[in-house]
Formats: sequence, structure tokens, C-alpha cells
Amino acid sequence: MANDIANFFDAESGQAAAAESVRNHISRYWEPRMRRAIIAHVDNGGAGLAPTAMAAVRKLVAPAA
Amino acid sequence: MYAKDYHDLGTPAAAGEQVTLEIDGATVTVPAGTSIMRAAALADRDVPKLCATDTLKHFGSCRVCLVEIEGRKGFPASCTTEVAAGMKVHTQSESLTKMRRGVLELYVSEHPIGSCPDSSRCELETLAGEHGITASRYAGPKTARHVHTHKPVDASNPYFRFDNDLCIVCSRCVRACEETQGTYALTIEGRGLESRVSASQDETFLDSECVSCGACVEACPTGALMEKSVITAGLPQQAVATTCAYCGVGCALVAEVTDGVVSRMVPNRNGRANQGHACVKGRFAYGYATHQDRVTKPMIRKSITEEWREVSWDEAIQYAASEFKRIQAKHGRDSIGGITSSRCTNEETFLVQKLVRAAFGTNNVDTCARVCHSPTGYGLKHTLGESAGTQEFVSVKEADVMMVIGASPTEAHPVFASQMKRRLREGARLIVIDPRAIALVKTPHVEADYHLRLRPGTNVAIINALAHVVVTEGLTRDDYVSERCERDSYEKWKKFVADPVNSPEAMESITGVKAELIRGAARLYAKGPNSAIYYGLGVTEHSQGTTMVMGIANLAMATGNLGREGVGVSPLRGQNNVQGSCDMGSFPHEFSGYRHVSDDATRALFESMWKVHLVSEPGLRIPNMFEAALDGSFRGLYIQGEDIAQSDPNTAHVTAALSAMECIVIQDIFHNETSKFAHVFLPGSSFLEKDGTFTNAERRISRVRKIIEPLGGLADWEVTMQLSNALGYRMDYRHPSEIMDEIARLTPTFTGVTYDKIDQLGSIQWPCNDQAPDGTPTMHVGQFVRGKGKFYVTAYVPTSERTSSKFPLLLTTGRVLTQYNVGAQTRRTQNLAWHSEDRLEMHPHDAEARGIEHSDWVGVTSRAGDTVLRVEITEKVAPGVVYTTFHFPESGANLITTENSDWATNCPEYKVTAVQVTKVAQPASWQRRRQAAVPAAPRRRVPREESPVGS
Repeated sequence: MANDIANFFDAESGQAAAAESVRNHISRYWEPRMRRAIIAHVDNGGAGLAPTAMAAVRKLVAPAA
Repeated sequence: MYAKDYHDLGTPAAAGEQVTLEIDGATVTVPAGTSIMRAAALADRDVPKLCATDTLKHFGSCRVCLVEIEGRKGFPASCTTEVAAGMKVHTQSESLTKMRRGVLELYVSEHPIGSCPDSSRCELETLAGEHGITASRYAGPKTARHVHTHKPVDASNPYFRFDNDLCIVCSRCVRACEETQGTYALTIEGRGLESRVSASQDETFLDSECVSCGACVEACPTGALMEKSVITAGLPQQAVATTCAYCGVGCALVAEVTDGVVSRMVPNRNGRANQGHACVKGRFAYGYATHQDRVTKPMIRKSITEEWREVSWDEAIQYAASEFKRIQAKHGRDSIGGITSSRCTNEETFLVQKLVRAAFGTNNVDTCARVCHSPTGYGLKHTLGESAGTQEFVSVKEADVMMVIGASPTEAHPVFASQMKRRLREGARLIVIDPRAIALVKTPHVEADYHLRLRPGTNVAIINALAHVVVTEGLTRDDYVSERCERDSYEKWKKFVADPVNSPEAMESITGVKAELIRGAARLYAKGPNSAIYYGLGVTEHSQGTTMVMGIANLAMATGNLGREGVGVSPLRGQNNVQGSCDMGSFPHEFSGYRHVSDDATRALFESMWKVHLVSEPGLRIPNMFEAALDGSFRGLYIQGEDIAQSDPNTAHVTAALSAMECIVIQDIFHNETSKFAHVFLPGSSFLEKDGTFTNAERRISRVRKIIEPLGGLADWEVTMQLSNALGYRMDYRHPSEIMDEIARLTPTFTGVTYDKIDQLGSIQWPCNDQAPDGTPTMHVGQFVRGKGKFYVTAYVPTSERTSSKFPLLLTTGRVLTQYNVGAQTRRTQNLAWHSEDRLEMHPHDAEARGIEHSDWVGVTSRAGDTVLRVEITEKVAPGVVYTTFHFPESGANLITTENSDWATNCPEYKVTAVQVTKVAQPASWQRRRQAAVPAAPRRRVPREESPVGS
């Protein structure tokens, strides 16, 4: 799903700005446990994540548990 | 016949300059174009009539409505004669009375007084009585109607009967079928005394093309066409205005009540959404509300493997509350949530999301819009500024071009489809974008100029191709865009869409649609001058659903087709209150009025009114709830009026998630697939038992009025309130109007909404506030809600759901007219006569290649699962595409749909599933077990020869 979001914003915003757009979307629409899970996934290497998605997740602030 | 107390004005209203004339000495002023008959009726000087009725154009056949006009020869028919300034009309005179008596006596010769089951409902017998006609000198064996045209009573339709012996051949029914419904199923066969009404090719009503909308029954002035319920129940004592609980058209209805029971449901002539029309579901299929399957006693059980135990309301509520508290204490505040109903009222839905936010203390609340129009909310909010359609239905009267994308209005929004067909018969042009040859492509007197029969999953490719033509051929409205849209986003989008990769030629191999068709359709849409887009779940239920909605908005903005009548972007919302449930904040990320939970000012307003701290983080969407249930972090769910185990995709995944939860509380009217996994069952109420409001696809808020007391003893809003109180969050409402008052205080688009105003205006389209005190029929007039419209680049990304040698076909899904959604309501009505099972539509080539014949059992297998259906061989689907509906749980349609979903909203990709279809010998073992437990109703066929009523 993060890759699908990244696909949209790569085309819409261009890759340079897309990571911020993806980060914003995830922050606004993903529940905290989902955000924590993807942050943990990136911390463990982020296998399967597209570059924009990876960059976006790295910008996310982990919500409190 | 029409609703109790309805004053039929004879001919439709006209709209012209005011004209003043004199009728029986009284001065009357009406618009030019008004008939004398209507003008007289408005002045309470009704002219007798038989073939005229105000929903249909004048006909002038009965010769009863004659009048005298000073200065004019003869006795013109008042229905066909228009008013003129200074005209002096006499509706009563000795000559007129003599002529009327003569005509009526001729009618009575073929329809004797006392023939009708209820003479007081027969306009002919009533008129004859008023003119002193009790018998006819002309009656006899050679003139009696039944001698020339006798046919047995046709009682084939489950809801009404046709007795030709009572027919006076006024043609109202034929004209109603043509003008109001647009089906053209009826005609007059024969001439002179041999004339008689015929359905299709002299078939029974059930076998004919009749869609059972009931317009003919309502139009009939005698007992020839009459509802069976009226025959048995008799005259109503009460008439209650309410709103239909089926689709998103939200027809205004009047429930006629006899001895406390609804004996008939008729369209409310003042209903702005439905314009006095209804369909087979709204008009006839209300019997489910009092079906024997209704659950009326609260029940609990500790485990889903146990039998249900009936308990008191108090015990059930306390048990539910204690379980939710226990789960939260053990697993955290966010381990429970709620799902609101798109069938319940705005007030009830608002209370459920309030319960979840204030009593549960979480934002884990969602609604069934998740699986249907959530991309509409996201897409239109971002492009135009508001999460709703832009027009009212009557706007279609001004449309020159209609583009229908991923919708079949004749099946899912039939009353609005009738309005579309009327405009199309007047000359409007039609573009259909759909993998399937929906009925609208070719139907009597309507034919699509373009049917872009695209491959499922390629919507965005085709909308980009259409936009490419518009941009590269100079068909954009640059003046409109300059004034009303963001320049930068427009220029970016223009550059993107003009790229040759988006050309119709480049997209032809992807979409399967020839480039010249796309070019022709684009030019037609762009040139309008008024072009309107209507779309349905064939747009939203895709992995690029939101992208496609944005693409539609882009196209409408670029061609200047927003902000006035006759144009617009209109999502055809599926359910009676799915718009309302979204408006009420049934989303994990938004409060009512589509304001994000992280917005401090909005949250502070709610906290101040609700006296509780509210969470600023988004909660779980329905698909996320399932994932969280499977990973153990989500364990309790309160579900009001939704059957997610049947309606949501990948049934195996859903049922695994439900099984993993510790406490599921269902509030519903029947047991369903989801209640199998529930621990508490709280009896819900049907629309006949509700007081509140629904909001339809037009943003139109209409009243629902209680006709019978809740069978379970409590209204749905009372149940939610009691649950909240048991959880320790106090709610003290005495009436749903108080809940609406609270909604109005909290929601800027609703600040002007009150029950009094709704009663005064009939209905209100939000926004209704200081800027628009009487509501807002057309959105974005002058400027978009967000200020300037924003274009979004909509790159086509193919779905990951691909065909392969193992799964070579693409399955898409939809609905039929006579069944509704998961069928909980319609399966418990006589609508089973038309559709008693879901079938798989398959092209003859695909069937032949597999040795499959019509009505064979076929196994349908996807990467997610498999099921068995009977097949219907048809060219409505293209080779490579199969189609089914999902109205029956035994069809298991969602066993095979996948978890692919829209990137922005998680709306499931129901419309694209790669499958293989093979001939099998019989249904799957689970289907056979199910059928053995609950036999399916056979397709009902009432013999043509049936004893007339009373014999």
C-alpha cells in the first residue's frame, strides 16, 4: 500500500517532493500502530519498499505506543 | 390510483410568463402553457376527467373534460387546450353536463357500476355517481367489455394484478410506462371495442419487459391495475410521508396505513429527488420490515460456538459494556471500535461515532462507504473541496451530454435512470464507459452515442486518453480554468495528459477501446455545451479508484462543466444513507463535516460540547480492523446495520478476523453472515420504525418518519445511547431532533438544518447555513469550495491483479434492479420472483471454449478462493470478462474477490479479479449444506389462468 501511495505521488508531485506527500498522507490516514509497524519495517531494512516510500517512512515521527 | 388525498391537477405544470384568465367567473393567473384543466384545478374548479393525470402529457381521448370558451365554437377538451390571456372559460353548463353524462354512460356500458373491488377508488364509478349514472342503456352482450377482450386476470406480478374487464382503455398506464418510467413495456392492442392493454408481446406482466415500477398501477383510474395489498387491506386511514430505505436516490414516499399496517407505499409527488416516481423496491418491497425472520429479543452468548440466549435489554447492554471495558483494560483503549450503518439515520450514525470517540475513547470508527465511495470523498475533496456530488438530480434536465462511467442506473438507481432516459429521449447525447453493455446502452428510444467497452481495471487509462484529446485538440475552456482553477496544477496536468503516452492510440492496447471511439467521445463531452458525468462503483472499487475520481474532476474542470445546472460530477451513492453516514463523521480520520481529527480547532469544539478528551490520531479503517484482529491488537467491535462477512472482499480473511475477536456486538434486524461471529445481538429497527433523516446522493436531507413502534422495543438511537451510558459516557437525548440540533451546532455545513426547516422545505440539500439558508442544490457556483479547483496528475498504474494462464478471465461485479446490496431486505420480499439467485454472466465464446452451456453450474476460482454459480450466457459481457452479483450469501461472490484496494482509501478492488471458470457438476459442498439448511425460494411463476379476486 505504501508503494501504491508512492506511485501516485511520484507522478503527481515528482520524486523530489513525493516523499513529503507520502509522509503527509500516511500521517493523516494511517492509524498509529500501522505507522509504527512500517517504521519498524524500515528500521529492519524496508524490504520491498519503493524508494519514495522508504524516504517517506524515514521522515515519519513514530507515534507513542 | 394515487395517494390518499392527492389532488390530481390533470396535466403537468408549465413554466412561462404569467397569464390571467377567467374560469367560472373567478380570476385565475397561471404560467403560459398551462392547460385549462390544470388552471381550473388550481382554482378548485376541477373539470371531470378520465384519461388525464398530472404526471403525464395530455392525451385528449376520454372526451369527459370538455369545457366552453366564450367566443370559441364547440366544446374543446380542457386537457389539450392551453390558457390564453383574457380567456373566459365555463366548466359547468347544461350542455356540458349532458355531454359528460353521455360519455360516462358509454364507459359504464363496458365497466358497470360496482365492477371495481372498491368503487370509492374507481375514478370512473365515482364520476358516474357524481353525474347520476347508475347504469347504461348501452350495456349488453354485444357491448360488454368482457365479450370482446376478456382475458383472465393477470396476477403474475407478485404485487399487483391487471383485470382487463375493468379497463377503460384510457392509456394512462401505457403513457406512464413510456413517459414516467421509460420502459415502453405496455401498448394498446387491437382497435375499437377490441382495444386492450397488452404487456410486451401479449405476455403476462411478470414475463414481459415490465420492471414493476408501479407507475401504471398508480396512474390507473379504475381497479383494472391495482395493488394486491390494497385489495386485501382496504382504504387507508393514515398517510405518513417518509423516505425510502433502499438506494441513494432517496425517493420521497408516502406510506398508507390501514389498521396499523402499511397497506401501500406510493411516491410523494412533492419529492424533489424522485419527482413523483418510485421503483419496485421502494414502492413494493417493504414487507421485510415485518418478516418472520425479524430478531426482536436481545441475545447474548459467551462464545460463538454456543447457542444464543435471549435476555433483557438491560442484561444485553450491560454485558456488551462490560466486555468492551474488559477488553480495553486488558488490551488497550484502541483494541475496540465500531462500524456505523449506511441504512440507519443520520442521527443514529452520529451517535455511534460519538459513542466510539467519546465512550470508547478511540477513532476506530468506519462505515460501509469504505468499500464503495470512499474514493469519491477523498478525490472530490482534494480537487474541488467537498466530499460529495455537485448537482441535484433534476439538473439532468439541462444536460446536453451525459457520460455514465462504471454505473448501471437502470439497475441501481432506477428512478434517476428514468429521469435520464426522459432527457435522452428529448435529444441529449450519451457516452457509456463500462466493460458491460448496460441496459442504458440501448433501451427503447435511447441509444448511447458511444459505448467505450473498456477492459476492467483500465479506467484511469481511458480518462487520461479522453483528457489527452480535450487538451491536444484545443477543447479546454481556458477562460473558465483561468478564473476558477489553480494555474500551476492545471499547467502541470495539461503537460502530463498531452504526452503521447496518454493518447487514445497509445492507450488502445491497454483499454481495448478503439482510438477513434475515444476521440469521438471526448469531443462530444467537451463540446457539450452542458456535459454531466455520473459515475458509480465501477469507478471507485479499483486500486486506482481515487485516481480515477480525480481524473473525472480534472476533465470536468478543464471543460468548464462544474458550477451550474446541467453539468457536474455526480457520484451515484449506493445506499439510502451512505452519504449521510460519511457526513456524520463515520470515518477514522474525520469528524462530521469532513474535518480531520488532527485539526485542533475542530477537535476543541467537539471536546467542549462533548465534555471529553478526544484523540487526534486517525483510527483504523475496516480492512485495518481485520488485520489488527488477526495480529491480536483489535478484539472488540460494535457493528450497527452492516453485514461485513457478506459484503466485504475475501470472505475467508474477514471471517478469520471476526473469529479472532473476543466481543462482537451486532445491532441489526435479521441474523446474517456476520452475526454468526457475534456475542451480543441487539435488535435493530427498519425504516418503518425510525424517526430521523437520511441524506441521499444529492446531499438532500429528508425526513424518515416512524409508522410502527420498534419491534424490538427500542429505537436504534436509544440502544446506542443506553450502551454509551452503560460505558459511563452519559447521553441524554429525548428525540432524534435533539441529535440533529447537536449535529447542526457542530457541523458548519449543517448549521441551518432543523426538523422544522426540513418540514417547511420538504428536504434540504447541505450546505445549509447562513450563506445558504435554504440549502445548496448546485455546488461550486462561482467558485469551488476549496477556492480554486486543483488538478491532479493521474498516471495510469495497472492493477497488480493480473490475468494469467491459470486465471485468464476478469471478474467484475454489480447489482440487479430487484435485489439490493447483500439482499437482507429484498431476499425477504416477493422480489425473489425476478431474481432468486446470483448468476455468472459469461460471453458465448468463453463458454463454448469451456464446454459450458446456459444454466450449467460453473466453478469460479481466483487467487483468493472459489465458489460455484449457475452461468448465464450473454453478450452483455465482452470476451474475457465475467460478471456476477452478490445479493445471496450462498453465491459466495466475495470468497473470490481479493484484498487489492485503492491506494488512498483502502476501497476494495471488487471490479477486477482474475478468475478461471470451469464446468462443474453441482454446487460446492458448503453451498449444498447451506441450501439443505435453508432452501432457496424457487423462481415464482403464477399461472396465467388465475381466479379473479373474489371468486
